[in-house]
Amino acid sequence: MSYTISLTVNGDRRDVTFEDARVTLLDLLRERLALPGTKKGCDRGQCGACTVLVDGRRINSCLTLAVTLDGADVTTIEGLARGDVLHPVQASFVEHDGFQCGYCTPGQIMSAVGLIAEGDVGTDPERIREGMSGNLCRCAAYHGITEAVLDAARRMTDDKTRKSA
Amino acid sequence: MNLFDYLRPASVSDAIAAWQPGAAYLGGGTNLVDLMKTGALQPGKVIDIARLPGLDRIESLPDGGTRIGALVKNSVLAGDPDFAAAFPMIAEALASGASGQLRNAATLGGNLMQRTRCVYFQDPHSACNRRESGNGCGALGGDTQNHAVLGWNDACIATNPSDLCVPLAALDAVVETQGPNGRRDIAFADFHRLPGDTPERETALEPGELILAVRLSSNAAASYQNSRYLKLRERTSFAFALVSAAAALQLKDGRITEARLAIGGVAAKPWRVPAAEALMLGQPPDTDLFRRAAAVALEDATPSGNNGYKIDLARRIAARSLALAAAGTPTRMPALPASVFGESAHV
Ligand SMILES: Cc1cc2nc3c(=O)[nH]c(=O)nc-3n(C[C@H](O)[C@H](O)[C@H](O)COP(=O)(O)OP(=O)(O)OC[C@H]3O[C@@H](n4cnc5c(N)ncnc54)[C@H](O)[C@@H]3O)c2cc1C
Ligand code: SF4
Ligand code: FES
Ligand code: FES
Repeated sequence: MSYTISLTVNGDRRDVTFEDARVTLLDLLRERLALPGTKKGCDRGQCGACTVLVDGRRINSCLTLAVTLDGADVTTIEGLARGDVLHPVQASFVEHDGFQCGYCTPGQIMSAVGLIAEGDVGTDPERIREGMSGNLCRCAAYHGITEAVLDAARRMTDDKTRKSA
Repeated sequence: MNLFDYLRPASVSDAIAAWQPGAAYLGGGTNLVDLMKTGALQPGKVIDIARLPGLDRIESLPDGGTRIGALVKNSVLAGDPDFAAAFPMIAEALASGASGQLRNAATLGGNLMQRTRCVYFQDPHSACNRRESGNGCGALGGDTQNHAVLGWNDACIATNPSDLCVPLAALDAVVETQGPNGRRDIAFADFHRLPGDTPERETALEPGELILAVRLSSNAAASYQNSRYLKLRERTSFAFALVSAAAALQLKDGRITEARLAIGGVAAKPWRVPAAEALMLGQPPDTDLFRRAAAVALEDATPSGNNGYKIDLARRIAARSLALAAAGTPTRMPALPASVFGESAHV
């Protein structure tokens, strides 16, 4: 049986046909849509390297069957920057050395974008660490990651207050 | 992963009609897809229920109870302010489980139905009576440090891994289902099963039966000011419980008028002992009383392998959760949910 779905990825509409339903969103992105920014670490929900936003919420793309996503709106690391202007979370990771080898970084950044949007952590480092615990970093760049998320959360809240004022 | 047919029925009755032996319902997929990858589960048909209409609501019932649809995401339930105010230990248990990403995908029904984390179950090349009755138990005599100390037998020594299910058991939740034979209610105490002679049957659900919702009574919310869920794990976050406990008290004039205690990580279902709860009634809350209650709750515990450490740990976490419940529910979700570290972790 073959399956056809249509979804939006980083603002572009994509129509995809699968020969069988076993394809995960992670494999669809990397192997069929030429978007290798999303990384495969464990492939079992345990490391967070594959984190993307689906309809604005962070999830593990390795445990999501692509065929379930007809009509969904997916954002990957490739979809964050506006041209050459980095997303505030990306800029903050660069500024605070939020990585070493960089393998976990796309997942860390997507997770941080999702976490800040969830709005529960504010600028409490303990809550940020807890909220980011689904993203492992083999290089243990955790200190820089926490600083980066903290700073981005502060900047994004300031921007929001300024805009609404 | 094996080949399977995928379908997305439009209604609950269509989903049930589509079910056949070897089919599996798909919620958030965080457990099912994982186990399909290891090969432990090989459904020939995957029935996607994630978009079924009407099952994603949290409702207040006319009798003062609360009804949570089976498709409500774990993160949505934990983050609902009214729900978390009424059932803080359920919200804390949810927030302490898995990761932010997984909680956004995981559904209430899927959480109740998640399979054991026994590695022999997950590995299709190991013997396992849960995967196939009569196959033998690969865990017996093997790596058993996270296996059961209560309610087990030689057929299966696995534990139920869910955090959510521990407070649901303590609060006498009711599971609403619909299956080929119609609708029914299942008391939470009867929902998960001990292995007995049928280790392959983990829950009371009949083949093809679908969870529609979980109900909580108004009395379950009455302990909102004095309830706590605590969980011990190998790291402070993003880890399954070694042992955990949900404790809820009602207090009047300095005495306990109702006590509920359920222990997780120790058996194939959350463990409740009526005698342990009864001995607290009419007593003033007190550390020594809580220790005695915890001792009674663990009275029948025996290691199923290399897991004797769990018995003492479970006693301590049970007593501690009762003491923290008596001290009062934190006004805000602790930064480290269900943790024995950080703020809100000490009496
Ligand atoms: C890395 C990792 C860490 C985790 N850590 C924790 C933890 O610390 N604590 C914890 O409690 N959990 C933890 N989990 C487990 C997680 O909570 C479950 O995977 C999740 O709750 C399952 O929900 P789901 O909707 O994704 O279920 P699915 O994977 O879609 O389904 C799971 C099972 O339930 C069945 N099912 C689903 N919905 C229904 C329904 N409505 N009626 C009948 N059957 C149904 C499916 O057929 C399947 O057998 C972890 C998972 C992972 C991968
Ligand atoms: S403990 Fe239970 S789940 Fe684990 S291998 Fe034995 S029978 Fe299977
Ligand atoms: S690759 Fe998805 S969580 Fe590790
Ligand atoms: S930077 Fe190397 S794994 Fe995180």
